[in-house]
Amino acid sequence: MAVNNNAKKISVVPFGPQHPVLPEPIHLDLVLKDEKVVYALPSIGFVHRGLEKLVEKRDYEQFVLIAERTCGICSFGHGMGYVEAIEKIMNLDIPPRAKFLRTMWAELARMHNHLMWLGLQADAFGFESLFMECWRLREKVLDMLELTTGGRVIFSVNKVGGLRKDVTPEMLEQILHTIDDLEKECRVVTDTFLGDPDVLSRMKGVGVLTPGRAEELGCCGPFLRASGVKRDCRMLGYEAYGELKFEPIVSYDGDCYARCVVRIEELYQSMDLVRQCIAKMPGGDIDVKVKGNPNGEYMVRIEQPRGEALYYVKANGTRFLTRYRNRTPTYANIPGLIETIKGAELADVAMMILTIDPCISCTER
Amino acid sequence: MAFLPYVGMALKNLFSKPATESFPAGEREYTDRYRGHIENDIEKCILCGNCQRNCPSGAIKVSKADFTWEIHPFSCVQCSKCVEVCPVKCLSMVNSFTGIPSRSPARRRQRS
Ligand code: SF4
Ligand code: SF4
Repeated sequence: MAVNNNAKKISVVPFGPQHPVLPEPIHLDLVLKDEKVVYALPSIGFVHRGLEKLVEKRDYEQFVLIAERTCGICSFGHGMGYVEAIEKIMNLDIPPRAKFLRTMWAELARMHNHLMWLGLQADAFGFESLFMECWRLREKVLDMLELTTGGRVIFSVNKVGGLRKDVTPEMLEQILHTIDDLEKECRVVTDTFLGDPDVLSRMKGVGVLTPGRAEELGCCGPFLRASGVKRDCRMLGYEAYGELKFEPIVSYDGDCYARCVVRIEELYQSMDLVRQCIAKMPGGDIDVKVKGNPNGEYMVRIEQPRGEALYYVKANGTRFLTRYRNRTPTYANIPGLIETIKGAELADVAMMILTIDPCISCTER
Repeated sequence: MAFLPYVGMALKNLFSKPATESFPAGEREYTDRYRGHIENDIEKCILCGNCQRNCPSGAIKVSKADFTWEIHPFSCVQCSKCVEVCPVKCLSMVNSFTGIPSRSPARRRQRS
């Protein structure tokens, strides 16, 4: 029987839920024509934990600790978004020192997220030593967080009405020193990302997403900003962001390289914001007294390291809330990801999935 | 030539001491605030049950009848909530781990 070798065959290759490039479970059915992906079908739901439902069983003060366990990387932001919503419902005006400390921790968390992402990205395109270098540097950020909060990834410092732990001037001094050292070392690493020909050949022009499509598909975070859309929720001025000087970082190419550039720039921006926070750190209390129970509803938007996250809280005047809803950035970015994968080479798919900085445990809560 | 400083850094790492610690052979130094495990000074405890009611993970069991205070270390998420709500401040967050956990899942203390 004659075999027509020229026939373009369609095959379906499963990606995940267990894949070396991503420790978290997401499954994609990749429809391939030769080596090119023509379509990708995502499916999630492997690690759903029902955290939103748990809000009916734990009182609103305990739930802070559960909200921040949504994810191990954006944990600070999840706790902060939730308490902010409750504070708005209860009309609590938290002291400025608490606002600045929250902002500082949120930025430290952004640094550790972006360094982690850079490492994973290096791993995805097969640059092992760069991966280890990034994670070595990330460790310093984790040490700063451990010093100030007592936890490396789960901080448990937020509470309704302020903070549970204050920071001493010596700690702030140490953070400043560490950041100075860190910045020098990070420069070497990030210059490699931006200038090494091998790295460029893997990322330049790969997975382009146009600004129009990125907005239509509702993308957010560095993924959106890399497509040239200047949208950063920190500009809303929540917590202390209104008093700090910064501009959203955008890049215009919309490819994997642009996403890398945006995250690298944000890493340095975060260092700058931490410095600004420490320079402007006001004194005084870190919490206010909370009386009564929340009654009402509120929705908060904050900028997580991975993009915009929504927190909706509905309370009924008892200690237990009626509804807590959390829309996380990865969830919003999956449609954009599917769009970028179409037409890509199979070998690039893993790297492109990484460029949205997926966090599946957030997505499935 | 972007890779030259990077090669320098990689070589430096090759000849300097490892960035990681060899655990458990080496000692890990914990910061003062590190949330390791919960200790109860049982003689001070008045068995009021506040910690049990406030624990988000339900790790503590207090029994007034049996005079016992019990913590399930694997359920505890080290949030320090119980330390904050304890009226006599007998609970404390210790900045180290409890060695190799025993086979029994819970630690139990008896009040004489
Ligand atoms: S809150 Fe303190 S005093 Fe009360 S039962 Fe718990 S440990 Fe004992
Ligand atoms: S630290 Fe938190 S989880 Fe552990 S026993 Fe205390 S309240 Fe419960």
